Amino acid sequence: MEFIKKYPKLFQWLFLLIVFFALCFAIDVPETYKFIRGQAEFVKDPNQSSFVFLGKEVRYYAFDVFWRLPPLLGWLPIWINDSLFFLMNEWMPIEFWNEDTQEFRTRPLVLQISRNLTAFMTFLIELIREILLGGLETIVAFTSWDWIDKNPWAELPGLPWTIVAAGSAILAYKLSGKGLALFAGLVMVYISIFGQWKPSMQTLSFILVAAPLSFIFGLGLGIAAFKSKRVEKALYPILLVMQTMPQYAVLVPALVLFGVGDHAAVIITMVVAVPPMILLTILGLRAIPPEVIEAGRMSGCNNWQLMFKVLIPTARRDILIGVNQVIMVCFSMAVISAFIGAKGLGFNLLLALNQLNIGLALEAGLCISLIAILLDKMSLAWANKQTDYFGNLTFYQRNKNILFFVATVIIGIVLAYVGTFLFKGSYNYLFEVPHNKGISTADFWNKGVDWIFDTFFVYIKAFNTWLIQDVLQPMRALYLRMPAVATLVLVVGAGYLIGGIRSALVVCGLTLFIALSPWWDRALVTAYMATFGVVISCIIGFTVGTLCFQNKHSASFMLGVCDIFQTFPSFVYLIPVMMLFGITDTSVLIAVIVYATIPATRYTIEGLRSVPVGLHDAATMSGVNKFQRLTKIEFPLAFPHMMLGLNQTIVFALFMVIIGAFIGTEDLGQYILKALSDKKGAGIGFTLGICVAFIGLIFDNLIRTWVEKRKKHLGIN
Amino acid sequence: MSEPVIKCEAVFKIFGENAKKMLQESNGNVDAKTFQENGCIVGVNNASFEVSKGEMLVVMGLSGSGKSTLLRCISRLTDATGGKIFIEGQDLLQLNNKELIELRRNKMGMVFQSFALLPHKTVIENIAFPLQIKGIKTEDSISKAMDMVKLVGLDGRENYFPRELSGGQQQRVGIARSLAVEPDIWFLDEPFSALDPLIRKEMQDEFLRLQDKLQKTIMFITHDFDEALKLADRIAIMKDGIIEQLDTPANIVLNPATEYVRKFTEEVPREKVLLIEDVMDPSTNDNLGDLKVLKDEIIENVAEKILTQEKSVAVIDNNNKIVGSINPAKIINTVFGGRKNNN
Repeated sequence: MEFIKKYPKLFQWLFLLIVFFALCFAIDVPETYKFIRGQAEFVKDPNQSSFVFLGKEVRYYAFDVFWRLPPLLGWLPIWINDSLFFLMNEWMPIEFWNEDTQEFRTRPLVLQISRNLTAFMTFLIELIREILLGGLETIVAFTSWDWIDKNPWAELPGLPWTIVAAGSAILAYKLSGKGLALFAGLVMVYISIFGQWKPSMQTLSFILVAAPLSFIFGLGLGIAAFKSKRVEKALYPILLVMQTMPQYAVLVPALVLFGVGDHAAVIITMVVAVPPMILLTILGLRAIPPEVIEAGRMSGCNNWQLMFKVLIPTARRDILIGVNQVIMVCFSMAVISAFIGAKGLGFNLLLALNQLNIGLALEAGLCISLIAILLDKMSLAWANKQTDYFGNLTFYQRNKNILFFVATVIIGIVLAYVGTFLFKGSYNYLFEVPHNKGISTADFWNKGVDWIFDTFFVYIKAFNTWLIQDVLQPMRALYLRMPAVATLVLVVGAGYLIGGIRSALVVCGLTLFIALSPWWDRALVTAYMATFGVVISCIIGFTVGTLCFQNKHSASFMLGVCDIFQTFPSFVYLIPVMMLFGITDTSVLIAVIVYATIPATRYTIEGLRSVPVGLHDAATMSGVNKFQRLTKIEFPLAFPHMMLGLNQTIVFALFMVIIGAFIGTEDLGQYILKALSDKKGAGIGFTLGICVAFIGLIFDNLIRTWVEKRKKHLGIN
Repeated sequence: MSEPVIKCEAVFKIFGENAKKMLQESNGNVDAKTFQENGCIVGVNNASFEVSKGEMLVVMGLSGSGKSTLLRCISRLTDATGGKIFIEGQDLLQLNNKELIELRRNKMGMVFQSFALLPHKTVIENIAFPLQIKGIKTEDSISKAMDMVKLVGLDGRENYFPRELSGGQQQRVGIARSLAVEPDIWFLDEPFSALDPLIRKEMQDEFLRLQDKLQKTIMFITHDFDEALKLADRIAIMKDGIIEQLDTPANIVLNPATEYVRKFTEEVPREKVLLIEDVMDPSTNDNLGDLKVLKDEIIENVAEKILTQEKSVAVIDNNNKIVGSINPAKIINTVFGGRKNNN
């Protein structure tokens, strides 16, 4: 009894676990139960039960409700899908003027909006793309096909790569200095001589539309939410779900609404990239000291000046992190949206991965990562730029960058012209190095992969077999063995113990949604893969973070490494693991671990760093040694922040698990991928996305509530 | 006498949802306790006073006494719940947004406790900010800001960022910024409270030097009674939103209106605050010594001279006319006597 009184929490948790395991043992696996492989649920089987709701028939294998809940929400995806089609094809027909046929026609409102949006986005992308690569669609957009047939000279020629390379180097120099200029130049030259120019510029034009638009919308909505409580309340749940929604899942409804192509990719990228921008804008604006706002008011700012000259610059740090996130998401989506027909490096990357041409994939992946890092650094430098008021500059000094650029344009054009004579009969390398006509290291990498495979095949295979047979399969079986009721009790109990009745209800609702969807088993598999990844990631991340923290330089170095790794599009992580482990669950899990270790490491270092110096000194004066200081002072204080890292780790892991479906896993991701090629997949894809988001939100809710309580307890704000 | 620059008539500031309604019902008799029971917090309770041109009014009070709230009502950073505020005869609460912005751009300057500098702007940009907001050309605003930099003695640091400056230097920037538009009215909200004692003294002297030169109409907020005595023409002492006493430093020290005010004055070294005029005997007799002291002299400065005299000492005004007398016993009584027990 004494013991229970001393540790009431511990006892409660123990009790919860006992109930959980008791339920697990009490409820037997039904004899008819088996994990449903893909496609099997479409087969009509006399053993299936069915019910009809809202006119939709849902068929399922019925089990004891304690074992698996019936999929009472099974009608939801079909209903979403039908509603979407209704909206697109029937709802609110409006009249519009058709240029081609010169008459009024009717079309549903949503379809019309979607068409207009599509036309606008396509125009923007084509405009930038044609400046970089040449083409005639922009001209056609202002004139007509007949006109361009008569005036073939009007076709945009595209910039020679030399000009783009020198131009970006000059821009980088103006923004930051020699270092970045050198980097920019090297990246561009690399892209060009390795024959990735065209796809790179296609991707770049995609990013140059998606990123600024996402930034503007995110900032705008963030400001609106900051100013109005009502807007914030309306936005908040959407933001929360979008934060944990896998990017794959958003693709499917977009496919229905906007069709296939770059424009759909841009729109969907915005949907994914805007929420973090909004959140960080709100966060930054909230953190501004009230006196700064008052100082702005007393300086006589009107509302507009106050927002754009005082508030936003003051919140710059958080807003910059937002920009950083936008760029990151954009590059990530540049690859993922290749699934819905975006052109560029992402498409090549997917194609190469599909053909198991690791070398090509590596080259495309490297290009996209390099451009991502370059844009990231440039945007940071741009935001930190200062003006000098006191220099009495000459005309040359003031305009030297523009002069240099004009000079490079002339030199570039001359070079390209000279090139036409130099490379007569073959490609004009001074204008554009054609795709796959540059130097390629693909063969080298492929041979390398082959060599690794030949040399280490036995060991890799042995490791692979061991991991799958002795670790993964049993773990997966354990997860699937959990009765639905037991899982529910565990999750809700945890919610109650951590956050009281409110938390328990929220978590219960989220879990029930997944349990009542037709994909509970799949969700369990997703959870098992994510759990495996998260556990290993956290062990690695916390250890590495703690070790690096011991030295100031290594800590900064590690944070830098995290920054760079975070800039890589998530898909890129699949390349090296496929090199080593081929198409197996092991590959996915290793990619998950690498990807999810980033936040674990980062938050550990940041958490340990945030421990006040005064406490360090106090501990040192109490005579602790390094280890005691770590365990008694630093860990307890940094723990809440590290838990936020865990939260991020879970989200990252879930994302990667879902992306891993591309390699072939049997979780929710597989169905999302399948929904992509299904004409009626929108509802399924969306519901699946929500399921994944809810898994993330369950942990998010539990961890956040715990952290808040803990921080309050420790008096850290 | 000309019109007061700042004039407050029964100003109330009450926080809470039903503040306005409750204030109307209370007919101007606001009791903080009853309001608090109804979920309202009284910030400023019936404040009426005037500040005339070139005068420095110091509002003194402990934290939570409502002094900052009062200042924010007068600068309309928050809207007063009741009462009237006139700035140079203009009814502040009737101004629309545009007029208010005009007023702030031309007439008002404010200095903040935490400096409130814009972190992304350099010293010169911070100082030029109010000018640029007004729409003055970059070149002109920078050259004007440069004058301000010189005025507060920060030459050579104009391209530093606020984070690269010490607290005292940052507040110099804050002061320069608030003066850049050459305002008539200068609000200072605990400007020196965040500074070290030594720097604080230096900044107070600097501030007096500036005021001597500029002759602004000033409202100065502080929680430091000594600072208030040192700077003020008049002091308003606030407690729980109520102005307990508003008077010259000498009168507050000599005649504290309430028990609360008296507690502050107890520890004050009177010889440093009071002038000869405040303690002299206005009647003159013939039996005066040779020494003459100015009536505006602080006691501390002349005490030694007076105490060496045996007879009473003549007190003269600026025109060398005898206006009263003072005897050494009176000085001793003022400095050492009458602190704890009597009064």
